[in-house]
Amino acid sequence: MFNKPMLTKSRLNLLLMAVPFLVLVFLFNYLPLFGWVYAFFDYKPGIPLSQTEFVGLKFFTLTFHDGGEMLNVLKNTLAMSFLGIVTTPLPLIFAILLSEVKNGKFKKFVQTTTTLPNFISWFIVFSLFFSIFSVEGLLNTILMKLHIISEPTNILGNREAVWYVQTAVSVWKGIGWGAIIYLAAIAGIDQELYDAAKVDGAGRFQMIMNVTVPGLMPTYIVLLLLGISNMLSNGFDQYFVFHNPLVAEKIEVLDYYVYRIGIATNDYAYATAIGISKTAVSITLLFTVNFISKKIRGESII
Amino acid sequence: MKSNVIRTRLWDVSFSISNYFLLSLITFACIYPFYYIFIYSLSDPIAAGGGLVFWPKGLNFDNYRRLLELPNISSSFVVSVLRTVIGTILTVFCCTLFAYIVTKRELPFRKFIYRFVVITLYLNAGLIPWYLTMKSLGLKNNFLLYVIPGAIVGFYVILIKTFIEQLPAALEESAMIDGAGYFTIFIKIIFFLSLPIIATIAVFAAVTQWNTWQDNFFLVSDPKLQTVQMVLYNYLNQVQSIANMTIQELNRGEAARQITPQAVRMTMTMIVTIPILFVYPFLQRYFVKGLMLGAVKG
Repeated sequence: MFNKPMLTKSRLNLLLMAVPFLVLVFLFNYLPLFGWVYAFFDYKPGIPLSQTEFVGLKFFTLTFHDGGEMLNVLKNTLAMSFLGIVTTPLPLIFAILLSEVKNGKFKKFVQTTTTLPNFISWFIVFSLFFSIFSVEGLLNTILMKLHIISEPTNILGNREAVWYVQTAVSVWKGIGWGAIIYLAAIAGIDQELYDAAKVDGAGRFQMIMNVTVPGLMPTYIVLLLLGISNMLSNGFDQYFVFHNPLVAEKIEVLDYYVYRIGIATNDYAYATAIGISKTAVSITLLFTVNFISKKIRGESII
Repeated sequence: MKSNVIRTRLWDVSFSISNYFLLSLITFACIYPFYYIFIYSLSDPIAAGGGLVFWPKGLNFDNYRRLLELPNISSSFVVSVLRTVIGTILTVFCCTLFAYIVTKRELPFRKFIYRFVVITLYLNAGLIPWYLTMKSLGLKNNFLLYVIPGAIVGFYVILIKTFIEQLPAALEESAMIDGAGYFTIFIKIIFFLSLPIIATIAVFAAVTQWNTWQDNFFLVSDPKLQTVQMVLYNYLNQVQSIANMTIQELNRGEAARQITPQAVRMTMTMIVTIPILFVYPFLQRYFVKGLMLGAVKG
């Protein structure tokens, strides 16, 4: 009897403490969602939304009728995502190789240096690659001095190579960081399995193939599935910083296209419509992949 | 039998050697570009243009001295440091307090409130709606744009909540009996007990703050509010007239030691990278531990 009003008061206090944070989350995460209405109006910056014409799904169908542009963007997006997925075993292999090192100091040094690229901004990544691979860069200077080539080659401006170059850049930035989760998983593998394999006469390579790799598979599959569900969002930063007129046609991915349409040409409505379609596809993929994971492994990934 | 053992042994040794070699190669590929920029920034610009590989040519600090004298670079450094310090403190405080509130079973609508925040991990309105919302909230050309929107991060909240939940409840209960309120308990007890996870979040938030440039790029044109990332971008894109003006300004009246666009670019890159290298040892120490704590339940 005596305690009850006190309790409600303290519960109310608790709720009041949470409110400012909920307001913040609403303003910066939920409020932008209302901006999706722009996709259904013939909106031009400067004119209030109430005075613009409702056009329904016009901008969504436009996606299919804007000539080859959208098709090209999708091709680039999927090609680079596919190459990204092809390289997903690399951090795993790297982690296994690293775990085979007995010298603790060397191991730590390798791990420390290879994770560094994950923590720098894309501008710095670009600056580093530019200073080495540009026409006046280190690589061309060395090759010219050694008379291996007579004309400098423009690696960052090579239209045919851009998908592979960008994949290499992603691997460079992400391999060390990506390996951390596998190193943790390797540390979690039951030591008895290795001992048993040793008794059976397994060599180092056989232990890797029969104990380590199967031990890492669950982690790998989860990351692979998440990668597949992220197929349409390969990000904006990387393609923005490495963008140049020579490779423009091959480097333009969906996230960059939204930026170009929306900010550079001010076509807010169409850019928003593309963004919504992208989100819809991504969420569908995520749930599909989650469903597959549940079926196969009996575990959901989100 | 014996030859078999020798063969296995031989295989082992050759595997070890090639493994060390391969790992050294990967390490070199990761670290050398930083080293190259570093020695270039310490070299005489004209001599460096002729090519460097392992050692600086004409070692001096002129590039740094002259670049840091420029008003737009020193002011951008101040802005970046401010956003990193204020933004990190705000994020850590808000996420930790919110995570603590959510761990309280007596919180009304607890499940709904937690989900309301966690769902934001999967929510992304897209570039244009984000841009228009920030503009309508009055955050265009406003320093608050750098620090307020990132105050609550769903991922951090999950990590901290998981950590707080596994703290011993006895300490808190004894304080409760003494009549301390939630906020007092949070400040006096929970915050200190959570320091391991807070350290992790703090380094993550700080690196994110330092590296972020989209908010600056899309919404801040005021020259006084530019961050180092944006200034670096201007130097990388020589088309920007500011960058060209700077180089002219740097070379004015100093015919003896000309500074080149490359030298400016390299030195600016180093200036932006050095703070990351500075917090990197802390990152190394905390992130694996912190991530594993969170991953248990995540």
